[in-house]
Amino acid sequence: MKLSLKVWRQKNKEAEGQFKDYALSDISPDMSFLEMLDVLNEQLLAKGEEPVAFDHDCREGICGSCSMMINGKPHGPESMTTTCQLHMRKFKDGDNVIIEPWRASPFPVIRDLVVDRSAFDRIIQAGGFISVNTGNAQDGNTLPIPKPDADSAMDAAACIGCGACVAACKNASAMLFTAAKVSHLGYLPQGQPERQRRVLKMVEQMDGEGFGNCTNTYDCEAACPKGISVKNIARLNRDFLKASIFG
Amino acid sequence: MKLESNIPSGPIEQKWDKHRAEVKLVNPANKRKYRILVVGSGLAGASAAATLAELGYNVDCFTFHDSPRRAHSIAAQGGINAAKNYQNDGDSIFRLFYDTVKGGDFRAREANVYRLAQVSVNIIDQCVAQGVPFAREYGGYLTNRSFGGAQVSRTFYAKGQTGQQLLLGAYSALSRQIGAGTVTMHTRKEMMELVLVDGHARGIVTRDLVSGNVESWAGDAVILATGGYSNVFYLSTNAMACNVTSIWRAHKKGAGLANPCFTQIHPTSIPQHGEYQSKLTLMSESLRNDGRVWVPLKPNDNRAPHDIPESERDYYLERKYPSFGNLSPRDIASRAAKEVCDEGRGVGPGGRGVYLDFSAAINRLGEKTIAERYGNLFEMYERITGENPYNVPMRIYPAPHYTMGGLWVDYNLMSTIPGLHVLGEANFSDHGANRLGASALMQGLADGYFVIPYTIGHYLAGVKPGSITNEHPEFKKAVEDVKGRISTFLSINGKRTTSSFHRELGMLMWNNCGMARSESSLKEALQRIPEIREEFWNNVNVVGSATELNTALEHAGRVADFLEFAELMCIDALERDESCGGHFRTEHQTEDGEARRNDEDFCHSSVWEYSGDTSKPTLHKEQLTFENVKLATRSYK
Repeated sequence: MKLSLKVWRQKNKEAEGQFKDYALSDISPDMSFLEMLDVLNEQLLAKGEEPVAFDHDCREGICGSCSMMINGKPHGPESMTTTCQLHMRKFKDGDNVIIEPWRASPFPVIRDLVVDRSAFDRIIQAGGFISVNTGNAQDGNTLPIPKPDADSAMDAAACIGCGACVAACKNASAMLFTAAKVSHLGYLPQGQPERQRRVLKMVEQMDGEGFGNCTNTYDCEAACPKGISVKNIARLNRDFLKASIFG
Repeated sequence: MKLESNIPSGPIEQKWDKHRAEVKLVNPANKRKYRILVVGSGLAGASAAATLAELGYNVDCFTFHDSPRRAHSIAAQGGINAAKNYQNDGDSIFRLFYDTVKGGDFRAREANVYRLAQVSVNIIDQCVAQGVPFAREYGGYLTNRSFGGAQVSRTFYAKGQTGQQLLLGAYSALSRQIGAGTVTMHTRKEMMELVLVDGHARGIVTRDLVSGNVESWAGDAVILATGGYSNVFYLSTNAMACNVTSIWRAHKKGAGLANPCFTQIHPTSIPQHGEYQSKLTLMSESLRNDGRVWVPLKPNDNRAPHDIPESERDYYLERKYPSFGNLSPRDIASRAAKEVCDEGRGVGPGGRGVYLDFSAAINRLGEKTIAERYGNLFEMYERITGENPYNVPMRIYPAPHYTMGGLWVDYNLMSTIPGLHVLGEANFSDHGANRLGASALMQGLADGYFVIPYTIGHYLAGVKPGSITNEHPEFKKAVEDVKGRISTFLSINGKRTTSSFHRELGMLMWNNCGMARSESSLKEALQRIPEIREEFWNNVNVVGSATELNTALEHAGRVADFLEFAELMCIDALERDESCGGHFRTEHQTEDGEARRNDEDFCHSSVWEYSGDTSKPTLHKEQLTFENVKLATRSYK
């Protein structure tokens, strides 16, 4: 296949970025999207030009590193799929492909397609955990957990922290990310003692990082490669309200 | 180099308890005076950093990722073993110990493996308490699945994302400590060098991957939890950034490297599909619970799988290993796949593949149950191959996946360099010549949560805290060395990219030191590796500068170290003139093609010391004794 790429190039955080055009030929439909970018980078290196920087690692859709807007959609056209798992068979010969970094002020661009997502870590550090020191635990089967609750917790816990929800949202809201963690721990008996404190702390941090508010557009859910449901946001709002009144 | 394993005396069941009662302690008020550097934030690193901080130590944790949650532990799919015996099917600590020693083909240290089996039960409890959403039955209790090399069901899991959930558990514990200020987290910083002062590990040098700054960090002890080196094969199931640099740098500073030739080739990965391929994707071993492995009975049978009648299929694992069948251990299943493909009976492009067929399980259990168990894996398979495994059997082929070899450690997980501790896949300790499925997660978390917190105190109690700072001349020298190396990469201005060298090395290693090795293949590799290395240092082209985010420069450093390490791996494989576990020397096999061990001459761990010349390392041996498991020919028939 032949492709015309328009790729965001930006030297560093301070520099101004711009789109650059690249033409590629001989792209196999069996390649992953990142392998296509590998081909581009090998060609750039052969010409002595600097390769396009992008975050990537596991290439199995689980580490959450890859993060790019492809033709205006986080992770590209295929639903429930990270960029690394997107394959070129989803594109047509001669397609134009526009590749940009996540665009959100709490995720500043570091270089090209690489952004700083440490704000997500700080939200977790504010309260996205159960305070249990190693050695405290009782036997794992002491507290039976109804299967539906365990399954719902797992569904929420499947978040890979990639940031597609923020990138998709017109308000750059991190509600889906934060809600997934609040919900995951809130479904479990072990998460109850800190439930109110957790939601208040995490929301406070989320606001402090400069993420916007949720206005129920649900672009986040549509963009999420792991299918995290917006129902979790409703759960967060309920928990937040309760904690604000009674906490 | 002295190899003192420091295994406590006494019956194996009592060794760990006895040791815990005897090791030196650091009192709570003194713990805060010590600083521990932890490199790596995967299961082993994150669990260690969090637990040590909970105990009161000051911890600095380093990762080259943008977040500790990205470590490659996250990609482990199938599960984690623990001798809970919740299934009432005859499991016990001894049985898990026995299975692990036997699975490792009698090349692991008994005492370490027994301790691993003992603490396995605490890991599950700890993870449940953290909120890890393990799979459960309708009654609310934890459920298990079966994995290779065991006849009991002892594997706990969270869908096909067990590694992710366990890592997020450890990450949440780590995040709690970062928030509390007891752990200082350093992201996007790659360890470039280990710093020794008076023979003790006292610090590291890092490069900031965004600014390019080369910095040094001093502490009272250093922990490496930096994973394995499967990417020496270029194509493996490891993440792209996984590398050998930190353990190789430690080796060059004096740490013994044990059994580097013990690498695991995982039987169920999606076959390679083209030249440009950047990595291989694993399909969890758990699939072998319900999938049946087969190839056509006749060579060069190009019919579609549905058109091949039952009578013309060879379910070769069930045929050759009736008692373990599709759940034979990884090394055995991988070799069996290679064998049928070498006979011309492989399927798919190039004939390098075998079928993993779920039709019998779907007929028996229904599509819904199969989807519940493996849904995300089936989706992943379809995304990559464009084929739907509910309708067409999966095609799989072996791929490099895990490395049992690593830095040698004693019972306290300390390397031959005092103060340098090594956890998880980066050490050599528990899996011998072959690791059983669902045991990597167990070992990573055992080391981090339940072993190092006890044993590091034994070392620290003899160290005056904070006595060394990074003003010490050894730190300045190490920083200069790293800077010199970086400027060399940038000044070569050759014609070839770092990837082209990595690919060339990987292909050589896969062909000559992969699933099957022979004296001649290894000698050929040993001749080629120095030639490739020579060309690398004269003809590599690294563009850009040292003071910015430069992915080509990062890769150059990693490839340069692989080019040295690969030679040691082949030297070790050549020296170990026997077949055992994943190390299959074609000269040493039984009539039916099974590995033939030589316990007379090779019942030891080979520990290599750097001599100043990468081509001439010095060999030391740690003799292995088996007092609790009878040294026997492994049979899964």
